[in-house]
Amino acid sequence: MERIELVGHFGPYGGRFVPEALIGALDELEAAHNSASKDPEFQRELNDLHKSYTGRPSIITEAKRFAEHAGNARILLKREDLNHTGSHKINNVLGQALLTKRMGKKRIIAETGAGQHGVASATAAALLGLECVVYMGEEDTKRQSLNVARMKLLGATVVPVTTGSRTLKDAINEAMRDWVTNVSTTHYLLGTVAGPHPFPTMVRDFHRIIGVEARQQVLEMTGRLPDAVLACVGGGSNAIGIFHPFIDDAGVRLIGFEAGGSGVESGKHAATIVGGTPGVLHGTRSYLLQDSDGQTIESHSISAGLDYPGVGPEHAYLHDIGRAEYRAITDDQAMHAFSLLSKSEGIIPAIETAHALAGALQVGNELGSGAILLINLSGRGDKDVQTAAQYFGIPL
Amino acid sequence: MKKDSLAQVFARAKSENRAALIGYMPAGFPTLEGSKELIRALIDGGVDIVEVGFAYSDPVMDGAIIQEAAEIALRNKTGAKEVLEVVSSVSVPSLVMSYWNPIERYGVKNFTEALASAGGVGVITPDLTIEESGDWIEETERNDLHRVYVVAPSTDDSRLAKVAGKCSGFVYAASLMGVTGARNSLSDNASELVARLRKVTDLPIAVGLGVSTAEQAASVAKFADGVIVGSAFIKLVLQAPDIAQACKSVTLLARELSEGVRQGRVG
Repeated sequence: MERIELVGHFGPYGGRFVPEALIGALDELEAAHNSASKDPEFQRELNDLHKSYTGRPSIITEAKRFAEHAGNARILLKREDLNHTGSHKINNVLGQALLTKRMGKKRIIAETGAGQHGVASATAAALLGLECVVYMGEEDTKRQSLNVARMKLLGATVVPVTTGSRTLKDAINEAMRDWVTNVSTTHYLLGTVAGPHPFPTMVRDFHRIIGVEARQQVLEMTGRLPDAVLACVGGGSNAIGIFHPFIDDAGVRLIGFEAGGSGVESGKHAATIVGGTPGVLHGTRSYLLQDSDGQTIESHSISAGLDYPGVGPEHAYLHDIGRAEYRAITDDQAMHAFSLLSKSEGIIPAIETAHALAGALQVGNELGSGAILLINLSGRGDKDVQTAAQYFGIPL
Repeated sequence: MKKDSLAQVFARAKSENRAALIGYMPAGFPTLEGSKELIRALIDGGVDIVEVGFAYSDPVMDGAIIQEAAEIALRNKTGAKEVLEVVSSVSVPSLVMSYWNPIERYGVKNFTEALASAGGVGVITPDLTIEESGDWIEETERNDLHRVYVVAPSTDDSRLAKVAGKCSGFVYAASLMGVTGARNSLSDNASELVARLRKVTDLPIAVGLGVSTAEQAASVAKFADGVIVGSAFIKLVLQAPDIAQACKSVTLLARELSEGVRQGRVG
């Protein structure tokens, strides 16, 4: 298997499909990221924040009771939910916020679906003294009202987006419009491994720490590499973060779980790789949900964080070359796994993450006892209590 | 009767010591037939070149007015077929203005061939970079279609030269950093950008974004070869009670703007 990485491209995917107005800012960002990644001072500053602010390295928890439902495979959970702000998102946000300062910009804008990236961005902005504006689909501000309040408490401005489907996709459109207008003073702190180059590469680099740590931890715990690494995939940031350091380990399967919504066959889903086709959205070429005229189709998922009709271009490439597998998990399968982890391990996962846990039940039963599965527990479920209570009929 | 070429239109405007007036209208807005009538109304008012908009679900370069028009066109199920039908109805040189994905989805080869057969003279692609243009260059050449890229005040000189070098017909200069839509005043960015462009290209330069009044058209016509107006027309259509009234208002504004592009060079 040959992996060719042209700058900004993953095979036919990636690239830059943006107004010319943004090219200068993307070049500036690419240069800042490249120089920062070679700058020991920047790395020290970021590592200090990881250690003394985020709480890295995140631990690994073996889920023994949950494993009984997963063919008795060993289930190792990489606990990104224990990071400050409750998800993996903080890894990328701190990196980009430091880059913002390095570029001499004072304002960040961000999009958010579930609110996790918005909360992380607002947090980093508060920590580093930056102005922060978060664009969030109006629909999502209702589903995730608690996170809206958190962002406001942290000093950020939350702008509800009322165009299009009023979800993450439209929040990104609005953030891009802001960026085109204010690019000289503003950094767009994109929260996933999508968007124009350098975002897919840069955001991946900031999340690689998940896989780098986990690979070492699993080796120490078990004396070998895992049989499979599992993660949920919306835009794909937590998945690429844990997958990437394993790509050259040919014996390790990489499996991403997309949001199957009501089922891929129903058309109401967000399973972009499983049920989509290649095209261009939000500045990058990848798989997306689109109709025969190239118009984006609205995605559907119980999980606001996975409810996105695109996916990072590196995932599209890993899929096409067969290095990673992608499957769809329905809302019901995800909520079953959500409940199971909560009751068997005392860990309430984010509904996004529950898709990976449902995947662990599948893959564990396929591989059986003796197999070792590493799962990225990308976020905690506090923000989802309302949605889950509603789903399970628990009166509030 | 054969339509004029873009070059002929710009040459005629130059010989009349004025800028060309370029009007934008999305196909399928407010209806398929309505958009054809509105384009005729633009031309009646003196528009020299028409941009037929291809509505897209995620128009990141557009402000609220064009977003609303795009949503209406999409609700009317406007796709490539309808866009091409509108192009074929236009009596002056017409270009399609489209975000990249609808073109890629239709197929670069198929789209350029179909547009050429429909009588279109070119395509404006606001989110296609020259690096990603691939077979777009070859297929537009093969079908004698003009390629118009959009440059911005933030585009540096070396990149201006590269992008303008891939343009044909004219270069689209965005007057400001931002999205489409009327502005109360235009900054000096546009004249500076055009001056920098003049050093790297002999192509005509048309300025768009934010122009909505005859006065603004006149001030842009002082330094540019073409003045592009979109949102201001669409706003009139959104406000009009019916298509007949919309056409009247659009013709009136086009007439004012057309006087504007003539006044710019006087005195």
